[in-house]
Amino acid sequence: MSASRPAPETATDRLTRLLTMVPWLVNRQGIDTASAAAEFGVSVQQLESDLSLIFLCGYGQMPDELIEADWEGGRVFVSNADAIAKPLRLGVDEAVTLIVGLRALRHVSAVAYGGAVDRALAKLEAAVGPQASGADRIAVAMDDAAVQDTLKVLRGALAERRRVHVSYFVPGRDEQTERDVDPIRLVGLDGRWYLEGWCHRAGDTRLFRLDRIVDLTVLEVDGTPPEQAVERDLAGGSFRAGPDDVVVTVRLLPGATWVADYYPVESREDTNDAVTVQLRTADTEWLVRLLRRLGGRGIVLDPPDVASAVRSSALSALAAYDV
Amino acid sequence: MTKTERLLNLVLVLLYTRRALTKAQIRSAVPQYSSAPTVEAFERMFERDKDELRELGIPLMTEDIGLAFDEEPAYQIHQRDYALPDIAFETDELAVLGLASRTWAQASLAGPAAQALRKLQASGVERDRESLIGIEPRLRTVEPAFDAIKDAVVRSVPVRFDYRRPEAAEATAREVEPWSLVSSAGRWYLNAWDRGRQAARVFRLSRIVGEVHPIGKPGSYAVPPDHVPRTMVRAQSAPVPDHAPAIVRVRSGAGVALRRRARSIGEVDDAWSLLDLDYGDVEELADELSGYGPDVIAEQPTELVDAVIARLRGAAAAHEGAAT
Repeated sequence: MSASRPAPETATDRLTRLLTMVPWLVNRQGIDTASAAAEFGVSVQQLESDLSLIFLCGYGQMPDELIEADWEGGRVFVSNADAIAKPLRLGVDEAVTLIVGLRALRHVSAVAYGGAVDRALAKLEAAVGPQASGADRIAVAMDDAAVQDTLKVLRGALAERRRVHVSYFVPGRDEQTERDVDPIRLVGLDGRWYLEGWCHRAGDTRLFRLDRIVDLTVLEVDGTPPEQAVERDLAGGSFRAGPDDVVVTVRLLPGATWVADYYPVESREDTNDAVTVQLRTADTEWLVRLLRRLGGRGIVLDPPDVASAVRSSALSALAAYDV
Repeated sequence: MTKTERLLNLVLVLLYTRRALTKAQIRSAVPQYSSAPTVEAFERMFERDKDELRELGIPLMTEDIGLAFDEEPAYQIHQRDYALPDIAFETDELAVLGLASRTWAQASLAGPAAQALRKLQASGVERDRESLIGIEPRLRTVEPAFDAIKDAVVRSVPVRFDYRRPEAAEATAREVEPWSLVSSAGRWYLNAWDRGRQAARVFRLSRIVGEVHPIGKPGSYAVPPDHVPRTMVRAQSAPVPDHAPAIVRVRSGAGVALRRRARSIGEVDDAWSLLDLDYGDVEELADELSGYGPDVIAEQPTELVDAVIARLRGAAAAHEGAAT
């Protein structure tokens, strides 16, 4: 319980918020407390506590030297705060996040936003000054040369709210499926592009990897997703654990330990000569494929039916070689 | 509460003043200092506060003001150094800045990214949230070493860390001069000069074990001016095929990915097709073909056939005890 409680806010964290909050409020006289609290990611109670603190501060202690703050009736008014009427310059991390983010966007679609990305980048770099050089040391390689055409077509479909037909390839099952999809958004995640959309075949929201879309047609049909289509929380990556998942325990010998880095694993235990991992999956077929290619350097410890599937499929493949 | 109040008052006093203030003047202007029991207690408090404000990036300047008999330091924050310059962003520019900020929404830098956006919007212009079509690049920073390495890269601080190579049981200590940080295929890589090996190296952040220790001052080395962050990671894999294509037999309806890249496809009968495949490395192709099991049979070259058979035998033998 206590372990999961967030650390109490430090005085400097709070000061940072106040120094941004004051200019923001000065330029939005009369804004309601709920909107202001939401913008700063705090409760209304916390906002009011921040305002009562600001109210006690000033460049001197005479009444006309103190900042004035009033939030009676849920509307906020802040004045007499000229000294901090502008926010503090961007810090290194703040500048770097926005510049790297803008460059990633420009890479995706230099023209899609009517040049706004380039204009924003130029203004930002000018305002930030030398701090911006830190951003040159952080780069995002979106490996998307192969999917540029697909991205472009899907951008158009999204903008015009059109349904698309995709031929979608699933290597783990070695199969190609045909689906109609109402696009919700395009997400670049972990270096890959995904189409999130309402899949009419599955009757659910699905993520489609763009490099696995073999064929794509924009249909002359309205593609507004149904109301029950909601964006997935992608905080954990594209992988989503399900209630019917099987947990498979695999022992990885040298030459196969890359699997522990490459796939999301539930647990990992390192010993001198091997790594034992637990993988959670709704579909054991891809795992059986993986184990065949590992050629004995990956051993299924549990469950037994997955181990049997590896052995019997390897034996039946060997039969074709007359050996 | 008292400390935040004290720091805010200090910032206000030092920003408002036209000339730099001595410690005595500061003590009388900030009520939380006036109530300090002794001069020493005040000075200790003030020194700490000064350092903390500088940590936050607040440009608190020390100036020597020559009085008649002794030099005494005095302090001030200049508005021109402190304040974010006026930037007139259009609503569509703020909208893309909002997207840029969301790039980091699931990363350890989510806080600074959101804070930066609030600062840029402080002047009162709201971003146009509606006009954007949903294209969202996302970055994640799941590697525990990310924050420490990012700080070292941005500030040019040499560091030491333990690094575990994929096939090595033991981690080894490395001392490096960080050059750049690159996100590629969802993973973060550090480009750096490895002092021990006297060579440029690429480190995967997920393989850094434990703490990252600074071993020098910020800016104590120079990043080569021609260093381009993204190329080093990419240069590591480059297949060069210069031999006859492999021949594989594929069951009908199977091997979708192989068919897509086959140089040619011949239909043997209703059940099988014959594919010519270009490949770079025999072992890599053998890995891939073994994955298909009974649906794909290697025909040529012989070393490919042998490599596939070896994998299948290995997989069967490793699961010897399993029922079939």
